[in-house]
Amino acid sequence: MSMVTRIKQKQIAQLVNDGKRLDGRELDKYREIKLEIGVIEKAEGSARVLLGNTEVLVGVKVGIGQPFPDTPSEGVLTVNVELVPLASPMFEPGPPNENAVELARIVDRGIREAKTIDLEKLCLQPGKTVLVVFIDVYVLNHDGNLIDASAIAALAALLNTKTSKYEIEEGEVKVKPGYNQLSIRNHPIAVTSAKINGKLIVDPSLEEEEVMDARLTITLEKEGKICAVQKGGPGQFTREQIMEAVKTAETKSSEIRKMVVKD
Amino acid sequence: MHKSDEKLIDKNGLRMDGRKPDELRSTKIKVGILGNADGSAYIEQGKNKILAAIYGPHEAHPKHRALHDRSLLKCRYHMAPFSVDERKSPAPSRREIELSKVIRHALEPSIFLEYYPRTAIELYIEVLQAHGGTRCAGITVASLALADGGIPLRDLTVACAAGKVDGHVVLDLTDNEDKKGQADVPLAIMPNLNAITLLQMDGQLTISEFEEAIELAIKGCKQLYEKQKEALRAKYVTAEGEEE
Repeated sequence: MSMVTRIKQKQIAQLVNDGKRLDGRELDKYREIKLEIGVIEKAEGSARVLLGNTEVLVGVKVGIGQPFPDTPSEGVLTVNVELVPLASPMFEPGPPNENAVELARIVDRGIREAKTIDLEKLCLQPGKTVLVVFIDVYVLNHDGNLIDASAIAALAALLNTKTSKYEIEEGEVKVKPGYNQLSIRNHPIAVTSAKINGKLIVDPSLEEEEVMDARLTITLEKEGKICAVQKGGPGQFTREQIMEAVKTAETKSSEIRKMVVKD
Repeated sequence: MHKSDEKLIDKNGLRMDGRKPDELRSTKIKVGILGNADGSAYIEQGKNKILAAIYGPHEAHPKHRALHDRSLLKCRYHMAPFSVDERKSPAPSRREIELSKVIRHALEPSIFLEYYPRTAIELYIEVLQAHGGTRCAGITVASLALADGGIPLRDLTVACAAGKVDGHVVLDLTDNEDKKGQADVPLAIMPNLNAITLLQMDGQLTISEFEEAIELAIKGCKQLYEKQKEALRAKYVTAEGEEE
C-alpha cells in the first residue's frame, strides 16, 4: 500500500466510523446511476452505464455456433470482460488478468443462475446448431465497483437485444428478414458492499476499494432469491455482516431493477 | 450448469451415496508428504484427491512484485488433465484463474504475512482427482501445508460447501449433487476467530435457505477442523521423543 493510500485509509476509516464518506454519501447510498441503451448500432444489443464516474459499455453480439455436448438443445452464453487500458492507469494491454476473469465470471454467474436468457429458444438444430450470445463488457473508466456497473450494463444490453431471424432449410442456416427480441425471463441485479473498519458500505468508490478489507457481492433475481454470491479481497466477514449485506442487497437490488427494467 | 429436480434424496432422507443431509464425506488427511516442498499436505475427501505444497518465504520473482511491508502470497489452483471425466487441458482455465484468486484471499487473512516483508510465499494446489468441492478441500489442505511449512498462522483455515439438493439443504456436495442440485455455497472460516474468508454461491436460494446453508457449512468446517488438527498431531506429536 502506498503512503498516500495509507493516509487516505485513516481518513476514510475515520469517516466511515462516523457514518460518513469521502464523497459525502451515506453508507447505504449508491452513486448516481445513468443508463443509456442502444448506443452501438452494430451490436445486437448494447448499453452504457455510468455509476458515478465509473463507466462501462456492454455490447451483445449473437452468432451461430455449436451447443455444448451436455446441453445439446440450449444456446450458449459467454461473458468476457476487457479492462481496457484507457480506463485506468492500473490497466495494461494484454489477455484478461485474474481481475478481468473474476469480474466476467461474477457477471456470468448472475445472468446464468437467474436463468435470465431462455437458452432453449436459441436452439436451431439440437446437438448441431444454436445461437451463441456473447456479452462483452468494456470498462471505459474505472472509479470503483465495476461489478455492479457491469452487471447493470449487461442486463440492460440483453433487454435491448434483437437477433436476426434464423431458420433451418435443408440442414442449412438461412437468415430471414426481420428481427426477434431476445427472450429475457429474469432480471438479476448485483449489489456490492465493502467492509471498511468493520463497517459495511455499499457501492464502494475506487478510493474506498483501495482501503477496504474485503467486498461481498450479492446478486438477487426478480423474485428476491439470491442467485450468486462472491466474496472478494483478502479480508474476512462475520456471519452477521454477511446477513447485513444480504439485507442491503435485497433493498438496493429492487430499487435498481426498477430503473433498469421498464415494464 | 444444469439445475434440475432429479431425485437425489431417497425416501429415507438419504443421499445417493448413503449420507445423511448434514454428513461430510469420509475424509483422510496427511501432513508432510513431499520431500522438496517446504510444507505439504494431502487430502482425500470422498473421491477428491488433492495435494498442496508451499515454497518460501523466499525472494520474490519478479522482484518488482515484492511488497515492502509484507510477504507476497502467490497461489495456483490447478487440476490435473486426468482428474475429470473428459481430459482437461493443462493450461489454466478461466475457472482455475478465478479459483486461484479466491483461494488466495481465503488464506491470506490467516497468515502473518507482515513477518516476511519483500519475500514471496508460493502455494500450489494440485487436484489429482475431482469429485465436487475441490476449492474447499483445496483450502483445507493448503492451510495444513502452510502450517507444515512453519508459516506463522493466526488460525487454520478450513472450508466446506453446503447447498440445496432435491429441495433440501445439504452438506459437502458431490460433483453430481452440484450439477443437478439447485445451489452450491462454498465457504471457508478461521474457526477460532469467527471469520468467514471465502463465500461464493451459485444456483438459487431464498434468503433464509442461504442463511441455513451458511450455518450448515460452518458446522461442516468445524468437523473438518478436528480432522486437520488430528493430521497435524499425527505428524508432529508422534515424532516427539523419537530421533527428531
